[in-house]
Amino acid sequence: MLRDPDSLLGAGGGLSRRALLRRGAALVGGLLIGIELPLRSARANEPVPTGARFNAFIHVAPDDRVTFTMPAVEMGQGVYTSQAQCLAEELDIGLDKVIAAHAPPDQANYGSPILIIQATGGSTTTMAWSGPLRKAGATARALLVQAAAAKWGVDPAGLTTENGVITDKASGRSVSYGKVADDAAGLEPPAEVALKDPSRFRLIGKPVHRIDTPDKAIGKTMYGIDTMRPGMKFATLMASPVIGGKVGSVDQSKALATPGVRQVVVLDDLVAVVADNTWAAMQGLAALAIEWAPGAYADLDQSRLWAELEKSSEGAGVVAEKAGDAPAKLKDGTLFEATYELPYLAHAPMEMSNCTVHVHDGVCEVWVGTQVPGFAQTGAAQALGIDPAKVTINNHLIGGGFGRRLEADNVVKAVRVAAHVDGPVKVVWSREEDIRQELYRPLYHDRLQARVENGKLTAWHHRITGFSIIARWLPPAFKNGIDFDAVDGAVKIPYAVADRLIEYIRHESIVPGAFWRGVGPNSSIFSIECFIDLIAHKTGVDPVAFRRGMLDKTPRALGVLNLAADKAGWGTPPPASPFGARQGRGVTLMAAFGSYLAAIADVAVSDAGDVRVTRVVVAADVGNVVNPDILQAQIQGGVVFGLSAVLHGKITFAGGRVEQGNFNDYRILRIDEMPSVEVHIVPSTENYGGIGEPGTVVVQPAVANAVFAATGVQLTRMPIDAALIAKAV
Amino acid sequence: MNLRINGVSRSVDAPDQMPLLWVLRDVLGMTGTKFGCGIAQCGACTVHLDGVAVRSCQLPVGLVGDRAITTIEGVGDTSAGAKIQKAWLDIEVIQCGYCQPGQIMSAAALLAANPHPDDAAIDAAMAGNLCRCGTYVRIREGIKNAARS
Repeated sequence: MLRDPDSLLGAGGGLSRRALLRRGAALVGGLLIGIELPLRSARANEPVPTGARFNAFIHVAPDDRVTFTMPAVEMGQGVYTSQAQCLAEELDIGLDKVIAAHAPPDQANYGSPILIIQATGGSTTTMAWSGPLRKAGATARALLVQAAAAKWGVDPAGLTTENGVITDKASGRSVSYGKVADDAAGLEPPAEVALKDPSRFRLIGKPVHRIDTPDKAIGKTMYGIDTMRPGMKFATLMASPVIGGKVGSVDQSKALATPGVRQVVVLDDLVAVVADNTWAAMQGLAALAIEWAPGAYADLDQSRLWAELEKSSEGAGVVAEKAGDAPAKLKDGTLFEATYELPYLAHAPMEMSNCTVHVHDGVCEVWVGTQVPGFAQTGAAQALGIDPAKVTINNHLIGGGFGRRLEADNVVKAVRVAAHVDGPVKVVWSREEDIRQELYRPLYHDRLQARVENGKLTAWHHRITGFSIIARWLPPAFKNGIDFDAVDGAVKIPYAVADRLIEYIRHESIVPGAFWRGVGPNSSIFSIECFIDLIAHKTGVDPVAFRRGMLDKTPRALGVLNLAADKAGWGTPPPASPFGARQGRGVTLMAAFGSYLAAIADVAVSDAGDVRVTRVVVAADVGNVVNPDILQAQIQGGVVFGLSAVLHGKITFAGGRVEQGNFNDYRILRIDEMPSVEVHIVPSTENYGGIGEPGTVVVQPAVANAVFAATGVQLTRMPIDAALIAKAV
Repeated sequence: MNLRINGVSRSVDAPDQMPLLWVLRDVLGMTGTKFGCGIAQCGACTVHLDGVAVRSCQLPVGLVGDRAITTIEGVGDTSAGAKIQKAWLDIEVIQCGYCQPGQIMSAAALLAANPHPDDAAIDAAMAGNLCRCGTYVRIREGIKNAARS
């Protein structure tokens, strides 16, 4: 998502200039963040309030318990484990001796070196944090060794460490970290500390087992939704079903007569029912007679939303990348043009929105799973008109994020309700409320034009129109009319094209957009890769060969394309399938998130136009890897997420309301629709690339291209519409 | 009423119509069983009644009677449940984990009824359990590994 931190530096607005300068120094000078501030005083909400805190990430207790405070939150993507691997590698301690905890809101210590604010997303965790965490681990180890050396009166250079124990081989003495932790924490951290040579790695690069899964397998993990507080009540809520609408009048009588219901909270735009349990609250909500004041958007429907987007696309574009003179080259010759449209998509994490809040005595305690603890804290504080320091965020392992927990809207709603409730209250959304009141992946309209000479692209014009997530989410980063997330994947394409023009048009809409797994490259790569296949088809060239011919200067891209083609048996026909007589094979290439991926999908299409994906082969060069098993899992899972989107995913509006509400009408892939998924990794020592998003990005155009190959019809609006590829009768 | 949960008798004060899911989660504080959709579309709330997988979000507690309830907190005491949990950790099936109590309960019920399920049997037994992280590849592999163990 945000991989160009320099573009943020110097921005004004929500981030203080000082914070930006500090980040700037850190990024430009190669200093590391978070370990500049050792021995910070413990705050009430920190996981371990006593003992020796070496830096923002590592705490060693006198009883040898080691607690790692994780700057990036765990939502399934495996970063609890990968961050712990980085810390434990340099600290020389086993993962089995480590307790992991989420960081509290604390921009100074846990602001991401890439995302700038304290956030987890955009497949940035490993590239952002592996360096700082390794340095933090090495620094703590050096201090511990120094303390032991002082205690024994020996040269620290003669001491060794292994699994939390310091040994002086000369004398045979040894001491555990906990015994010297207090002494060590009082020492001045060394200015420079040597990191391990990769040849000595015990943990980094190894497929070690995850540290979060044993509790998850036995139902012991406490997600935000599992919060239980003494005296807690349970609530559910409903906001105006019409976008932008308000509450008109509410007849509470039947709700209040429902057994277990304690209270109805009516706010200007939503209604909540507070009860002794969630079921009673839901019964009470169903019994409320609510008259909504629908407001200005009661007639909003999907065709109007598409039309408004298309109208915006005809305006003046802002240049995101320019080389040569593409418009001049696109005036004559062999030209191609196509437009692709991507739908609203809900994240629909399995753990629906929920938040437990206790407002009392001028403070606000919040229990929630969030990718943005700072946003949650400031959002709650603003809702109550109190100082953010009075808001405590107790973060949790998250039951699926995918970008949904990069927003604090649900925290704010819960806090607004809780302000009217005596005692702690857990607010849980119904699945329908969660899907209908989401912040969606916005609509995108991508228009592409290209010129082909001698079998190669020579001019390229890509115009992207969409709601600017960046302008809403991180205003200082929206500069010069460019949303760099929206054009990510469209700029710096791996193909050699001399004349290029990439433009962006910000589309304002009543329906706000949000980051969604795959972020900007989702739509950009989809459009580019479908367009490339269209050109290959129209010029009678093999799609893989066409791409290969333009990759001379991007060997990593060529490498994954060749590997995927080889493993998938490109050039041979896809096998017969019981799911449909029409078979096709499609390819995609992606260079984004610092990673290179190619995907090849096989599909079978029935006479009715139903698409079955039968096999997906992915080749990935993601640079260095902290945990190769988690890498595999992320690509496998990302593929499934993308399959749900391309086959089933759309949110649509009618009468100002979202038409979908649950998994019966907002479908996600089921196991009986699963293709085989093969992931092939190119060994690499290049810089860490992102792995959470790419699987989602590459599989969607691969499937669309396979459907194109199978049917001869290129679908230009997603998801796949069976009616458009049904066999004519 | 009295409920037999994971081999322990529990006295519960709840209306007959309340779904078992909410009795477990909100009344008894057994939060391992998850709320996912409320309409038996996702399987996150799966528990066993006398060893058979059921969706607790759709099961009024008054209909349970004296049948044995097994939840994710207790399924490890069954042979099939222990095998599935071990297989899940051996190959790291789990990502966010929110759907996994339901996945594990469905898989354990399948394995208890069919010790060597093929792909079709796995699809039939597991198609009611959604996973948004997309762990299906490993769920299938995990069930096969558990069957071999």
